[in-house]
Amino acid sequence: MPETPLLGRRSILRGAAVATTGLVIGLYVPERGRAAGRSEPLAPNAFLRISPENEVTVVAKHVEWGQGIHTTLAMMIAEELDADWGQVRVVPAPADPDLYANLIFEAQVTAGSNSVRNSWEQYRRAGATGRAMLVAAAAQRWNVPAAEITVDQGVVRHSRTGRKATFGELAGAAATQPVPTDVPLKDIGRFRLIGTQGVHRLDTPSKLDGSARFAIDVTQPGMLTALVARSPRFGGRVASVDRAAALRVPGVRHVVQIPTGIAVVADTFWAAKKGRDALDVRWDDTGAETRSTTDLVTEYRALLDRRGDIARKDGDAERALAGAAHTITADFEYPYLAHAPLEPVAVAVRRTRDGVEVWTGEGSVQGAQEGAAELLGLTREQVTVHSVYAGGSFGRKDGTTLEAVEILRAIGGSAPVKLVWTREDDLRHSFYRPMYVHRMTVGLDRRGDITAWHHRIVGQSIFPWEPVNGVDWVSVDGAGNIPYDIPNILVDLHTTQTGVPINTLRGTAGAHTVYSVETMLDDVAARTGRDPLALRRQLMSRDPNTKQIEILSIAEADRPTVFAEFPRQRRTLELAARRAGWGSRLGRGRGRGLAVHYGFLTSVAMVAEVTAHRETFRVDRVVCAVDCGIAVNPDIVRSQIEGSVAWGLSIMLDGAITLDRGVVQQSGFHDYRVLRMDQMPKVEVHIMPSSAPPKGVGQVAVATVAPAVANALFAATGRRVRRLPFSAG
Amino acid sequence: MTLRLTVNDQRRRVETDPETPLLWVIREQLGLTGTKFGCGAGVCGACTVQLDGKPVQSCSVPVGDVGRQPVTTIEGVDGPVAEAVRRAWLELDAAECGYCQPGMIVAAIALLRRKPHCTDKDIDDALRGNICRCGIYDRIRAAVHLAARKLER
Ligand code: FES
Ligand code: FES
Repeated sequence: MPETPLLGRRSILRGAAVATTGLVIGLYVPERGRAAGRSEPLAPNAFLRISPENEVTVVAKHVEWGQGIHTTLAMMIAEELDADWGQVRVVPAPADPDLYANLIFEAQVTAGSNSVRNSWEQYRRAGATGRAMLVAAAAQRWNVPAAEITVDQGVVRHSRTGRKATFGELAGAAATQPVPTDVPLKDIGRFRLIGTQGVHRLDTPSKLDGSARFAIDVTQPGMLTALVARSPRFGGRVASVDRAAALRVPGVRHVVQIPTGIAVVADTFWAAKKGRDALDVRWDDTGAETRSTTDLVTEYRALLDRRGDIARKDGDAERALAGAAHTITADFEYPYLAHAPLEPVAVAVRRTRDGVEVWTGEGSVQGAQEGAAELLGLTREQVTVHSVYAGGSFGRKDGTTLEAVEILRAIGGSAPVKLVWTREDDLRHSFYRPMYVHRMTVGLDRRGDITAWHHRIVGQSIFPWEPVNGVDWVSVDGAGNIPYDIPNILVDLHTTQTGVPINTLRGTAGAHTVYSVETMLDDVAARTGRDPLALRRQLMSRDPNTKQIEILSIAEADRPTVFAEFPRQRRTLELAARRAGWGSRLGRGRGRGLAVHYGFLTSVAMVAEVTAHRETFRVDRVVCAVDCGIAVNPDIVRSQIEGSVAWGLSIMLDGAITLDRGVVQQSGFHDYRVLRMDQMPKVEVHIMPSSAPPKGVGQVAVATVAPAVANALFAATGRRVRRLPFSAG
Repeated sequence: MTLRLTVNDQRRRVETDPETPLLWVIREQLGLTGTKFGCGAGVCGACTVQLDGKPVQSCSVPVGDVGRQPVTTIEGVDGPVAEAVRRAWLELDAAECGYCQPGMIVAAIALLRRKPHCTDKDIDDALRGNICRCGIYDRIRAAVHLAARKLER
């Protein structure tokens, strides 16, 4: 799939072209830090510094929110540099889109599971360039041919003369070498770090002793804490406010109005909270969203009977359905979801002598910088953005920086201020994964083969700016690109409008589309007496890339990657099935289910095993196979998939944000329940060997969890759930 | 009012409203930001500290109720169990965003002190109050077992 662009759709192809032609070198600033002298660090480009103290510093252009990107970027440089992993450290990049843009989005943004992919060529080349300069310096110093010099684990050697030197010893001399523009990259067979086991994450140690600093931990002398009272209904405005009671709370310094509500700014969090509790605000709901979830469901369901915008059409599904021997039809409901990262949104900001300084975990470093500059009438350069660790984001921290800047402005920049959201704020005033309803109708012929497949989706569009045939592909991803060889396919979409703000959320589209697709397929298997694995294998025996598709409403640039390379997706399914022991007997009350998905250019297949009790069930084990290209750090890939399993289970079991006359009903982890330790199954992750460039792994596996588990539960009990979450009954 | 606390073996004086949750006194007044805010309602475990050796949710303890009980935060946990836990976590890279980890580790240390030979069920019971939104529970569970094995040696 498709990108989930934050700044409008960008061409994957264009990004890839930039990354592979070596033009990226043009982005480097070879001049920087290249002043001559032995004690100078070597800084051949914007991504790498080698100090005389023998420290290799990698500048990470992507935000670290748990996905391991700092470590992964550092590995790509260390690999080509032949550094010793122990000498490598990472610092976050400053805001500077000319140097640190995501090459696919062409903006300094971390999103869309493409961080490794867009950096793959660029970071390795940065390391290789550094290596070449170290080698050139050694050749010059030892007066030997560069070709005879080897580099291994941070040591540069000339074996014939027995000479050797550390990177640090050569850094100063290397800094005076010309920066080569066309260094070769290693053959993947020569990787020593990439793809190997046991390369530990660089961020783990500080996360175990409390020293890792998140945005919420930022402290500055005289810093105040701000909480904001926001409209209970989306789109509501402040009608009037009585500040007196809040201002009487000891420690409260300011009560100020900002576009999102009333900010209470105090010496401490607790004073700000008490101040906000004391605040008396009247809200004007003119123009606010006042519908309840039940109203929306009714409106959405009414649309299920009408044809929407066509996302995909091959053959004539409507006619084939009319002539089918049997049809199966089912409706599905998926609620709004909140991200609820464990660290709620927090942003710190302060005025400096000639600008402002911001500490944020948001993924769009560029957006934070440009937004703050525009708001305060500063130049971009006057805004310093510190991209600190985010305590999870999953999409939640996008665009959250400016509210803090608004508060700073409202208090005249008089003190550093830290905006903190409480958990209740986070759940009630967020943007959400949209709510959807689906209808699926499948036609079978007399032998039980599928002749027609019709999937209709109703919901809001997250990226409405450049629809194709009226379709935002992100609304249908996972449904519009099913890999199955079915003669007549129709996928259509009704894009709705509501006042509820929405955004991507880990696993965005697949978390609803794939549930409908994969559970429906199991219903077909059950109805026709086929094995779910055999049915899928049969439907995956032809390359979907070669199928004549009349309409596919996806941007031209994304078209070449809409399906996986054949037959790798089927192989992924076969691997998962084999490792899970598909077909072997399970005890009473137990069941096994599977699901497949292709997204973010990665294929996943998952087999879940459950044990059903009278009223409840337990997920015992989940086996996942993933084809994600080269796994730069296989353990980080595994960790991301394990986390995706928990994430998918949270969505399936309990995840729901509901509205009562426009007001979000959930306010904490007691009523927006997320997965806990005692619900966590054993997870096995099998990575398919690959020599293809790395793809996305942060969210793709979310999609398969719920359908695999639902299919396992169906196998165990015959019970089919089509309204998520399961706790909704 | 002025309160006296013992935090990480140090005597500290703080000027505060006794109703203030211990969490915020630790974070804001004592500057120990390792202890995290996740919910403020006692249901996520991010704020877990040891009070007199027992894990508690510091967001739900008014600082005025602490009295003489010693408080140990992530910055102050030490000894062989803490050491084994950190080594196990490092070995398995049992952290993603890391935001849950201070609370998780403080709770895991308390568990292993109480039950050096713990089962999956013991771990689930002891840590079910600690949310990991990154969802790496399976890895954390394995890390607790690994720490237990390290302590046996
Ligand atoms: S912050 Fe204390 S339990 Fe969540
Ligand atoms: S590691 Fe992110 S919440 Fe646990």
